[in-house]
Amino acid sequence: MTEAAMDLEAEAAGVVKKFMYVNRKAPYGTIYALEGLEVVLISAAFDQDVSLAFLDDGVYQLVKGQQTKGIEVKNFSPTYRALEGYDIEKLYVERESLEARGLTADQLLVPVEVMGRDELVRRMEEQDVVIAF
Amino acid sequence: MVNEGPYNHQASDSAYQFVQAALAKGHRIYRVFFYNDGVHNATRLTEPPQDDRHVVNRWSKLAEAHGLDLVVCVAAGLRRGLVEDNLAPGFRISGLGQLVEAGIQADRLVVFGD
Repeated sequence: MTEAAMDLEAEAAGVVKKFMYVNRKAPYGTIYALEGLEVVLISAAFDQDVSLAFLDDGVYQLVKGQQTKGIEVKNFSPTYRALEGYDIEKLYVERESLEARGLTADQLLVPVEVMGRDELVRRMEEQDVVIAF
Repeated sequence: MVNEGPYNHQASDSAYQFVQAALAKGHRIYRVFFYNDGVHNATRLTEPPQDDRHVVNRWSKLAEAHGLDLVVCVAAGLRRGLVEDNLAPGFRISGLGQLVEAGIQADRLVVFGD
């Protein structure tokens, strides 16, 4: 971590806000999923109450067995498994989005909490900061 | 937070207008953070047609008039060729920590994207 980042951290010390990162896009095709994940990893350094929500095509970000060699893009999906090591364990997946795509929770590469749209909306309302990609 | 480049999307225009409106109502803008293709809002190399708005210069002027902190993500910038050498006036390059810190310090964080 750079000195500047450490200064920022010190300055913000003690404040814990609820940050939710909302992932709505497929992992490949656009850069939103990858650069969104980079923000999540940085925010772990600030000791905030972080959660991730996956809905719409964003649920594909968590699907097991991603193979990206054919499109010559890095498969960054193993990073989701590393989130636990950063104390980011609140991963919410919208049930309607999973079902609409014929997916189930056991096809996902990390443990998640599957919840209906209404419950997810409630969780969103509790947040201080919502950043959607 | 501005996540799209100029002209292709309205995100940067909307953010600019939002900032103006917020300032007019007496709010303080803690920071504007440019991410994803939003980093392209900070290049000094754009030359839009005379009869069109100049998105980049508009941000620069607003920053000068109100002392805005316009921050471009270093990693997103490097990926897209946005570096100190082609940075427009009023912008600075820094890390993603600046975004998270802004989220902690400000009452509201508003995202302008696709």
